[in-house]
Parts: sequence; C-alpha cells; structure tokens
Amino acid sequence: MNALIAAMPAIIVVLSFGIAVLFMAGTRYAVYLLVDHRGGTQAVASDDFVLPTLPMRMLWPLGRTLVLLSVLTIGAGIVLWRFIYGIGSVTNLSNAFPWGIWIGFDVMSGVALAAGAFVIAATAHILRMERFEPLVRPAILTGLLGYLLVVAGLLVDLGRPYNVWRPLVHWQIHSPLWEVGCCVATYTTVLFIEFLPVILERVNHFKPVTSRLPTVSLYKLLRRVGIVFVVLGVVLSTLHQSSLGSLWVLVPTKLHPLWYTIYLPVFFWISAVAVGLAMTIVESTLSSKAFKRGLELPLLAALGKAAAVVLCIYLAAKAADLVARGAWPLLFQPSLEAAAYWTEIGLGVIVPAILFMLPGVRQRPWLLFTAAMMVVVFGIVMNRLNVSLTGLLAYTGLIYTPAWTEIAVSVALVTLGVIAFGLIAKYLPVFPDENEHHA
Amino acid sequence: MKPTRIADGSNGSLTRRDFLKRVGAGVAAAMAAHAVAGAVHTAHASEGVTEDTPAVLIDLTRCIGCNSCALACKAENNLPNPESAPTGLSNEAFTFVSTIQLETPEGETLTRHAKRQCMHCLNPACVSACPAAAMYRSPEGPIVYRAERCLGCRYCQIACPFDVPAFDWGNPLTPVISKCWLCRDRLNAGEQPACVAACPTGALRFGTRRQLLAQAHALIASNPDRYVDHVFGEHEVGGTSMLYVSDIPFAELGFPADLPHSAPPEETAKVMEALPAVILGMGALAAGTATYTHRRSAAHDTPHARHGAAEPPPADASTSEREEL
Repeated sequence: MNALIAAMPAIIVVLSFGIAVLFMAGTRYAVYLLVDHRGGTQAVASDDFVLPTLPMRMLWPLGRTLVLLSVLTIGAGIVLWRFIYGIGSVTNLSNAFPWGIWIGFDVMSGVALAAGAFVIAATAHILRMERFEPLVRPAILTGLLGYLLVVAGLLVDLGRPYNVWRPLVHWQIHSPLWEVGCCVATYTTVLFIEFLPVILERVNHFKPVTSRLPTVSLYKLLRRVGIVFVVLGVVLSTLHQSSLGSLWVLVPTKLHPLWYTIYLPVFFWISAVAVGLAMTIVESTLSSKAFKRGLELPLLAALGKAAAVVLCIYLAAKAADLVARGAWPLLFQPSLEAAAYWTEIGLGVIVPAILFMLPGVRQRPWLLFTAAMMVVVFGIVMNRLNVSLTGLLAYTGLIYTPAWTEIAVSVALVTLGVIAFGLIAKYLPVFPDENEHHA
Repeated sequence: MKPTRIADGSNGSLTRRDFLKRVGAGVAAAMAAHAVAGAVHTAHASEGVTEDTPAVLIDLTRCIGCNSCALACKAENNLPNPESAPTGLSNEAFTFVSTIQLETPEGETLTRHAKRQCMHCLNPACVSACPAAAMYRSPEGPIVYRAERCLGCRYCQIACPFDVPAFDWGNPLTPVISKCWLCRDRLNAGEQPACVAACPTGALRFGTRRQLLAQAHALIASNPDRYVDHVFGEHEVGGTSMLYVSDIPFAELGFPADLPHSAPPEETAKVMEALPAVILGMGALAAGTATYTHRRSAAHDTPHARHGAAEPPPADASTSEREEL
C-alpha cells in the first residue's frame, strides 16, 4: 500500500502520457473512421486517410507534435492528481477564495468566447442575411467545442462532479447558477444538433440522394427544422450568458463597486454579442492561415462594423451605470481595481471600437484580427477575470494568484479545443468548398 | 431611392430599411410577451420564516473564551481532533472562539472573545445560491446541508456574506461543505444546541428570535453604559437567527461592517424574476423575426443549394426595393 502511494506520482506521469497519446491518436482515428474513404475521390482531398501512414503523420512535424503532447500530458497529469489528492493539492484556492481561474477563465470566459455560435447563426438564419452563411458552420463548431471544454473544465473544478446533473432534477429557481447549469446543458445539446448536419453530410456523402437510410432522413429533417434550434439557441444563450453576470449580483458586499451592479447580467450579454462577432473574426482569420483558404474579408469587415456598434452600446451602458451609481470617481483613484478597469475598457472596448470604425482597418486582415483579439483578450477574458478575481481582492486581501498547475490545465483545455477544431474542420465539411460553385 | 447597405461588403442582401422592418416585427411580438410575463413572479426564499424561528443570543460581555462551546460542538458532530480548540471555521470546526486584543484610548489592553459560526440568516444567500438545493432551510428553521445533492461548486462560499461555509480541499471525490446546523437533531429532541448547553457563563442563550430580540434590547436598555446600542444580526443582511450584543463596536471585533439591511438574495431575485419575460420576449423576438424573414424570402427566393447557399441570393436587395416602390 505504502509502495503504491510512493509510486503514485510516477504512475500519474505514465498514465497522463498515455492519455495524451491516446487522445491524439484517438481523435485522428475517430475522424478517419467517420470519413468514407473507400471509393471516393471527391471527399478525400489527399492521401491523408491511408491508415498505415497514421503513426507517421503523428510524428510529423515532430516539434509541433511534441509540444502538443507535453501540454496534454501535463494537463492530464494535473487532472489525475486532482482526482487523487483533492482540489487543494493543485490549486491555490481556499475557503476565503473558493473560485479561481478554472471558473474565471475556463467557465466564465469560455462561455463568452463561444458566443459566436448564437450570434452568427442568428445573423444568417433569423435575420436571414444569407451572405454570412459561410461563417455559420465554423462558428457553430467553435461554440460546440467551447461549451464541451467549459463542461470539461467544470468537471475538474467541481468537488463532486458526478452530481453535475442534479440541477436539472432539483429545480432551485432562485439560483442563477442553477439556471446557468440547465442552460449550458441544454445549449450544448442544441449546438450538437445544429452541428449534426455537418457530420451527416459526410456520412451520407456516398449514399444516393434517394436513399432511405435513417441518416439521410435525419439530415433532411434537420435541414427543415434547423431554424427551431437556432431560435432555441438564441434564447438559451441570452439566458445563461447574462446569468453568468447574475452570479455576482448576489455578492454586493464582496465585489468592488467598479463592477458590482444589478445590471451585470445585461453587460455580460451585450459583451457576449460583441465577442461573438470578434471571435468569429479571430477564428476565420486563423483558419484561413491554417487551412490556406481564402479569407472572407468583406464578411469579416461587416462583422467588425457590427462589433463597433455593439461595443459603443456596451461602453455607453457601462458609463451610464457608473455615473448613475456614483461610482465613477473610483476610476480616478490610484488603485489596482482602477488600473484593471481602465485596461479592460480602454484596450478591450474603446480602442477596438475605434479600430473597427475605420474603413482602413476593416480592409486589412491583420488589423481587423488585432482589433478582434483585443476584444477577446481585454474586453472579455480580462473583464470576466476582473469580475470573478480582481474585483474580490479588496474584500479578501491578496490571497489568491493562480498556481502554475491551474494555468497548465486551462492551457491544456484550450489546446484540446484547437486540436479538435483543426481535425474536425479538416475532415468534415465545416468550411464551404471553394471549388464547388465553379464546378 | 438608393438602397443603403447594412454592411460594407459586396453583394449585400439586405437593405437597412428591410432590416429594421424585420427586427421591428419581432420587437412588437416581444413586447406583447413581456406584458404576459410581467404577471409571473417567483416566490422568495425567506417566505414562511417567522420571528418564532429558533435563535441564539450571544452576549460577548459574558464570554470568557473558555472554548467549551467549540469543543462541545466538535464532540456533538463527531469532528476530528475533539480535544483541540479550533482557531477558525473549517471542515473540522463548525464554530470557534476568536480572541481580539484591543487598545483603549487610555493605553490599556482589552481582551474580548467572540464565538463565530453560521449566522442562520432569515433569507440566506447560500440557500439562494445553491443550484441543487443541497443547502436549504429546514422546516424547523436552521439552515442545513445535504451532501448527497451537492455538486461541490462552492457558490455557497462565494455567496455567504460571513464567509462561513467550509470546503474539504484535500478530499478528491467526496468533499462536503461544513457549517453549523444549529444541532437540528437536538432541537427536534427538545434540547438546546450543544454549544448553548455547554456554555458555563450564560453568554449563549437559546430561544425564539422574537424572545431573544426582546431580551437583547432589554439588556441594552438596562445597561446603556455597558452595551453598544446595536444587536448584531437584527437587521444585517435581512436579519439572522444568531444575535450578538457587545460592549465594543462590532466592527472592532472583526465582524463585517456596513452590511446592507436587505438580504443579498433580494438582489438576485430582481434578476431571476425577469427571466420568464426574457425567455418569452427573446423567444418571441427571435421566432417572430425568423417567421417574417422566412416568409418573405420564400416569396421570392429560389430554393438553395445543399450548403444553404454559400453565395448570396442574387439581387435580393433590389427585388425588395422594387416591390416597395
């Protein structure tokens, strides 16, 4: 027994490396299985799909694979450690500071950064601006993966993760967290249904159109009733994006007055719309680089213009709230909170709003990308961390900085998302076929 | 009239006027839904709480810091290390006695002790926070916890204005939230909470909140030179079942100062009560807009290709513009 305990760290290292290898090989193999590669030439763009070359593809390019493998190994190891020695063993959390970056970044920021799915789906399918159609599937995939990672991060952070389903059964209508839980569970399902046609398209690729296979009829059904899920997605997103802000309405004595307001849910929702647009710009730009695709610059420019409008509304609402509550003088007192607030608003809202307004910026992909990244990093991630961490420090004292193990798990989660997006986008019809319309 | 593009790409498929009309249709539907939803209200967590709820009055002037209450609590609840006096709230201690050294203006040193534990709020933030009702108000009054429902999300810790709930950070799979439950089993058996029964000086008194508030005010009135005219817990965060009287202002004894007199759950209730309206309003807005745009496009669109038309439908803008003219 003692020997087992002593050997535990070594066991964890070996196990986590195995998990990382299994994940990387497994996702590739799953995608490989999903793709019908037997007879087709159209679906198979290259010789990527030949099974014996699979291990070779994993070793090349070696450097990138090694980096990804180590990030995943470390992440898996810390998660294993957490489930053997407790949350306290890998975090700097305490009774006085019970929520850290696994909530502030993984959950609060993660949900916001996945908002592109409902924003773009609503633009293309509810407002029916159909020219945005090419952006819908990548946005839905980003959203779906984002929510899956939020759930994964949450399961690591929850003390009793096997009870995660409880809110769905034991309704507690006074709790914003109950509402967030129910909505995230439902919306993740909705996102999967919204993404299902993409999988079915690939599955059905070599079947005749008149086929009576269930996957074909399901595909046709989803195409017909898809709009119902888009509407549902908008309602569910509005509810839980805002309710992540409502969580903090319960702590009037703890959250710094620069952030504490009853209108937090409204601000969370508006900023989610803004970052939904910004994330779509970021994701499209990166995809066009990674997959050497053309960039839908006019569409992204239009999103940038819309983001400028939303950011201005956000800024005006936040300013009006600060003035109405009389909290604005705090902005001009030297403090950690004032500095954090100015950074969040200045670099995350004001500067990108101005950049998005300039036609010269919107015509240059890298400037558009930079402005969008500012919204993502400062406007959203920093804002959510300010509300959930920085804004509490005045009450708790400087008792929390994230442990490297906490950061490593968050980095591993983001890495998982990037790998999964890359593989799925490569092998499933996520992006419109650039040659299709000329054929 | 020249159509104005809503966005600066080529091939814009929608005029601004069209856009506004589509959104307007949805807004009208949403406003109707809002009126319906306005009638829907949710109940408050504090409903049904009376002044006859079981309560404890703690007279800090009588506390000698003997820790009898804290040790009795550990014994009663089978907590670890039953012989050692705890120095803070944790998963090993539901209550502890804090010791505060104060300097008087004359330069003397005063020592005061304050028993701290869950305040058993009348409208508890932890209960309103818990997403699975693992933390709840028992029919008898005490705020209690049932581990079998708990997710371990720790939102109760965030919510509590007194930082009472404690988590078991070293337990990998079955951590629980620890806090005073006012010895609910003893109350049901007609006994006093263990801490009250153990107090040798009469610093702790058990009774109904109504009785104890009257006693507290009587104490202060009969000894106005001795006591501070403040019953801590009478109004703080909407009122608590644990009440304190003291000869030193509570802020100097480490009690949270400037707590609002309204319960924090009343703030979230304002938001949560708006949710039915948000659901119906946003649902009507989205569904209404979608119905309108789909009917319009069905009227003059050709069916789209498999991918849902990666290319915009040609001349949508000019078609609708011509119709309006």
